[in-house]
Amino acid sequence: MALVLNDDEVMMRDMAQGFFAEKAPVKALRDLRDNRDETGFDRGLWSEMAAQGFAGIVVPEEHGGVDMGYLAAGLVAEQMGRNLTASPFFSTSILAATALKHGSDDQKAAWLPKIASGEAVIALALDEGVKHNPRCTSTTAEPSGNGFKLNGSKAMVVDGHVADVMIVAARTSGEEGDADGLSLFLVDPKSTGVSTERTIMVDSRNAARIDLDNVEVSGDALLGTLDGGMDVLNGVLAAGRGIAAAELLGAGAQAFEDTVAYIKERQQFGEIIGSFQALQHRSSHLYSEMEIARSAVIGALTALDEADENAAQYCAMAKAKLGSVAKLASQEGVQMHGGVGMTDEYDIGLFMKRIRVLQELMGDAHYHMNEYAEANAY
Amino acid sequence: MNDLDTFRMDARTWLEANCPAEMRVSMKDDKDACWGGRNFVFQSDAQKVWLERMVAQGWTVPTWPKEYGGAGLSRKEEIVLLQEMKRINARNPLSSFGIWMLGPALLKFGTDAQKAEHLPPIARGEIRWCQGYSEPGAGSDLASLKTKAEDKGDHYIVNGQKVWTSYADQADWIFCLVRTDNTGKKHHGISFVLFDMASEGVEARPIKLISGRSPFCETFLSDVKVLKKNLVGEEHKGWSIAKYLLTHEREMIGNQEGVTRPLHEIAAASLGLQDGKLADPMLRAKVAEAEIDEWAFNLTMKRKLAEAKAGASLGADSSMLKYYGTELNKRKFELMMDAGGHEGLEWESERSNDGKLARSWLRTKGNSIEGGTSEVQLNIISKHILQLPGA
Repeated sequence: MALVLNDDEVMMRDMAQGFFAEKAPVKALRDLRDNRDETGFDRGLWSEMAAQGFAGIVVPEEHGGVDMGYLAAGLVAEQMGRNLTASPFFSTSILAATALKHGSDDQKAAWLPKIASGEAVIALALDEGVKHNPRCTSTTAEPSGNGFKLNGSKAMVVDGHVADVMIVAARTSGEEGDADGLSLFLVDPKSTGVSTERTIMVDSRNAARIDLDNVEVSGDALLGTLDGGMDVLNGVLAAGRGIAAAELLGAGAQAFEDTVAYIKERQQFGEIIGSFQALQHRSSHLYSEMEIARSAVIGALTALDEADENAAQYCAMAKAKLGSVAKLASQEGVQMHGGVGMTDEYDIGLFMKRIRVLQELMGDAHYHMNEYAEANAY
Repeated sequence: MNDLDTFRMDARTWLEANCPAEMRVSMKDDKDACWGGRNFVFQSDAQKVWLERMVAQGWTVPTWPKEYGGAGLSRKEEIVLLQEMKRINARNPLSSFGIWMLGPALLKFGTDAQKAEHLPPIARGEIRWCQGYSEPGAGSDLASLKTKAEDKGDHYIVNGQKVWTSYADQADWIFCLVRTDNTGKKHHGISFVLFDMASEGVEARPIKLISGRSPFCETFLSDVKVLKKNLVGEEHKGWSIAKYLLTHEREMIGNQEGVTRPLHEIAAASLGLQDGKLADPMLRAKVAEAEIDEWAFNLTMKRKLAEAKAGASLGADSSMLKYYGTELNKRKFELMMDAGGHEGLEWESERSNDGKLARSWLRTKGNSIEGGTSEVQLNIISKHILQLPGA
């Protein structure tokens, strides 16, 4: 496993770095928030991201993508993390694209090119209740006519209120807690019985609650096999966790760098506060944790690209590690900024908010530590 | 097949044919390690044969030039060799501060004559070295060292005391920091010298540690004569060599082969499982967290070595690895002691292999002190990486 970026990857990182710093810096998120933007992201930016190849970064070339893999996608996500860039990249280009690669030929042809071109926003409606727990999906899909009838409630559906189509996880057999018996369905949000509530989150980014009340879908809405939804979801979850970890890496790194820059400027007691060992040691500890965390992200995403048999577990481990480390970076960041860290004017608080959401998304560190222990039979 | 693949197949074949079966069993404790030197008593014929064969290949120091007893391998070839040794669980044929610490410093700073005199005996395991750095009054503040070397023309007369000299009582030679000038700043005026531990005026006394073992000594130096040909680098400018060498030491300490058995297996063997979960749920969470950190740390070791060009030093990142690796190791041993419960506390029973766990746990406390404390590593990161003022 190469843990050092190759020339193509360095090029992708540099391109993404320049792109997001110029087109979608933290200021852009502030504007979306302050203008109470209906969409929650800038559609013009999303088109440009598509033109750069970012939107179709894991979409196969035959469907219009650039198919550069998950490590490359992680490099893009990292830069979005650094700039707090709002876009449907996570929902559409990672979760939906990964899911749809398991779709029928018709489904692939219908949606993958639109993902790559930036024409479609697709949301994964998976989580229910207060915590991420895919096995405990209780939304049901019962046979109805030559299709299915869906009932249930979904939460934390990223980009749910602006989605052109949703991928809904529902139970078709078995009981709550079973990994088997889940199925995935493509659902038009405009279908009768779908109600959507946009939930403005602490990070000013998109999410929605979705209620499904006797929503009818046809048989060809099934994505993957009946009762075999977890086979598709496993890949989607691995990718989502790995990419969320990459975004956490970017957000954590920027929070850390902003903090180090701040303590090199701020003076108290007639001294630059960065000269105080109390802050130096905490900063150096954080530097070490960030370096360890970076390896976890690169290792996990490389394993995913190499189809390593443990890739899903590595992505979950990276998500656990990055959830903890980025959280530490934001907490230390606010503390070391002192009073101004509590103000809206400084960015550090915005990083803390985004990191709080990201560490929760697709399982927090506690969830993944527990899963890791179970996978290792202890 | 590329050259590296060819090398791998050749190494595999050679190792299969030449590594004795007894040397493919993991070491039970540090007594099984081969340290070489004038006074070393081989534990078995296999240990002796294994060393001799590896020496003949140049594989005790694979990347050193052939003229100095190495095999002239590239860094990539060395990695392949280590992978192949690991594949058959081959023991390290020779543990040596000469290989890990002095050798790299001599290769960089030594004269041709010094290299020719000292490197081959290190490679062959004939001379065992120890390190004379710390003093009773110079620990974290190493540059304040006072051991004095007086200029007597063609030689120095050295007086002073060193401490924490690893295995000084068993070593043949010492590489030692001495003060040749005390008129300027403390980092100036330090010189790096080599001398025979059998010289008149050298006395090493083992220090008994909290683990009950005595791997370290106090070393007293009274009018020890050191020839000037054994000065490495320039007089008064030994600090840069000392720093270079500390970097190597940090990489080594950070990279210590930890416990080979996964932490959760050790914990499960001691505590048992309830409903398939480790019986202590709070400990279970900490074990999982430590194992995830260990995975990420191991990846970081690999990544940093790959990033550093072949043979190049990691610079201040070696402090990060040393800091994180040693703190993690301490954490793991605390968890093992937690899991060990009453049994883990036994000090002198057969059941506990004479307190092996407890003694190892106590030993790990030194990891974050030796080679520069964790606090010193954090200072180095603050200064050289984060470039914080006054660090």
